[in-house]
Amino acid sequence: MIDYIIRRLIFAVPVLLGVSLITFILLNVVPGDPAVEMLGKHADPDAVQKIRNQLGLNDPLYVQFGRFLWNACRGDLGRSFKTGQPVTKMILDTFPTTVKLALSSAFVAVAVGLTVGVISAVKQYSFFDHASMIVALAGISAPIFWVAVVAQLIFGLHLKWLPISGYSTPKHMILPAIVLGIRFAASIARYTRSTFLDVIRQDYIRTARAKGLAERAVIFVHALKNALIPVVTVIGMQISGLLTGSFLTETIFAIPGLGRLSIWALSNRDFPLVQGIVLFTAVIFVIGNLIVDISYAFLDPRVRLH
Amino acid sequence: MAQGWNPGGTSFWKDVWLRLEKNKPAMFGLVVVIIFSAVAIIAPLLSPADPLKTDLSNRLKPPGSPSEICSNGVYILGSDEFGRDILSRILFGARVSLSVGIISQVLVTAIGVTMGALAGYYGGKVDMIIMRIADILFAFPDLLFYIGVMFALGPSIYNVFIALALIGWAGMARLVRSQVLYLREMEYVEAARAQGLSDARIILRHILPNCMGPIIVSVTMGIPGAILAEASLSFLGLGVQPPTPSWGNMIYAARSYMLTNPWYSVWPGIAIMITVFSFNLLGDGLRDALDPRLKR
Repeated sequence: MIDYIIRRLIFAVPVLLGVSLITFILLNVVPGDPAVEMLGKHADPDAVQKIRNQLGLNDPLYVQFGRFLWNACRGDLGRSFKTGQPVTKMILDTFPTTVKLALSSAFVAVAVGLTVGVISAVKQYSFFDHASMIVALAGISAPIFWVAVVAQLIFGLHLKWLPISGYSTPKHMILPAIVLGIRFAASIARYTRSTFLDVIRQDYIRTARAKGLAERAVIFVHALKNALIPVVTVIGMQISGLLTGSFLTETIFAIPGLGRLSIWALSNRDFPLVQGIVLFTAVIFVIGNLIVDISYAFLDPRVRLH
Repeated sequence: MAQGWNPGGTSFWKDVWLRLEKNKPAMFGLVVVIIFSAVAIIAPLLSPADPLKTDLSNRLKPPGSPSEICSNGVYILGSDEFGRDILSRILFGARVSLSVGIISQVLVTAIGVTMGALAGYYGGKVDMIIMRIADILFAFPDLLFYIGVMFALGPSIYNVFIALALIGWAGMARLVRSQVLYLREMEYVEAARAQGLSDARIILRHILPNCMGPIIVSVTMGIPGAILAEASLSFLGLGVQPPTPSWGNMIYAARSYMLTNPWYSVWPGIAIMITVFSFNLLGDGLRDALDPRLKR
């Protein structure tokens, strides 16, 4: 097990290096001079040169990349052009909000997804099965920002049950968490159903039934435990979606998280901030996948051998 | 399905079609996809009005309101903030979605199949380099990567194609590589090699045709993903730029008028949902039809 974790950690290093390189390249392709962006279009050329020197923009690209990497390793992602604050601080200030949104929607997704998936599988080809699978596919097909807008229309404007946007009370989180969660509940439900159907055809389930166990015990103790293993992977695969989904959701519900910060950075052409957010999110994503892989290996010992 | 000895013999693709034909949801998906494509192609003939034509005296009218710019005299789905006909804009928006779906998948397939075939067939260093690049691309949450690319290249529909292809090929390459790894060990490939055929000919004529099934499924599943990605980018203002109608930028514009004309934001979303839903149904059906072993 320890071997496996170490192997995965080593494997993550080149990936992270590549991620930083691509992030660096992307932001260097952007048209426009960051120094001019900072000072404004009509800035004095001497002042622009001074800033360029200060920022190290006159150094060769590989030196700039090396410095970017070295600073990033120390947690220094530069300063925002627009606010002058350290990028790392701006990210860390907003990130907990995004995590809160992501976790509450993950909770909704797993609770709803598992329940619907298991019922659909146990009652295969029933009305519930057909109806919930159609709804689940529709849920996967609808763009999340549109679901959010429609939810605001119905529950906020029309029924007036919940606040439309903002972030002042826990009540404000209900709608965003459900909107984001339901989308992932749909894929979890589809996946749970199909793995569960595989599992209940296995011999050990027939054995459990044959020895006279109650159906409830067969389903919950024998089948569910084994069906959960692949579901963990699918939940892991959703981390990316959950992150990007929360970006869109935050923008719509005006939640001051990382997503809204990134949209703000984009519209203000704040290069270091955009760069920092892309890198930070990618790192979080790599770490998240690592945790999923490790927990998968923990649940299913066969994985460790590969 | 009646199996057994078949003197006439049916081709693989005919079998696939026979299985697909029996799958009602998939056929429903296929029909909607065909209708959607037809609508996109003949949008100018179907639209009651020019999608760019404004009428500031009739702003944000509810569905069914009388119209001066529509040929039938009504805003069937209402009008937007410039008095333009929402229905016509949705019909023209189908062109954006269709072209994003198809062109991005053509690029993804071209790059992904080439890379995957090279990596799988030659193995070794080629394989390692290609697959490590793919791993790095997989490490980006995709929307974030698209945002980065759009930020770097500037918002336009062409850059949406590029952004989608830049990251999308990696998944296709992984898929093709795993197929090629398996197929290159087959006896018929060895026979082809023994005959002295060139690598290119073996890959193109003997290996790739046998990967067509998974590739087709992946493309069918990739189109709805691309349509959703374009909608998200346009919604963030990074994709198709107004006044050109795209379903994503329509929803973005509609958000500001939720109180005055709530229907405005509903229609483009329904268009996206039906389209993506149908592609997903078709993709599920094709997967089952191409690999009947998976069928329950």
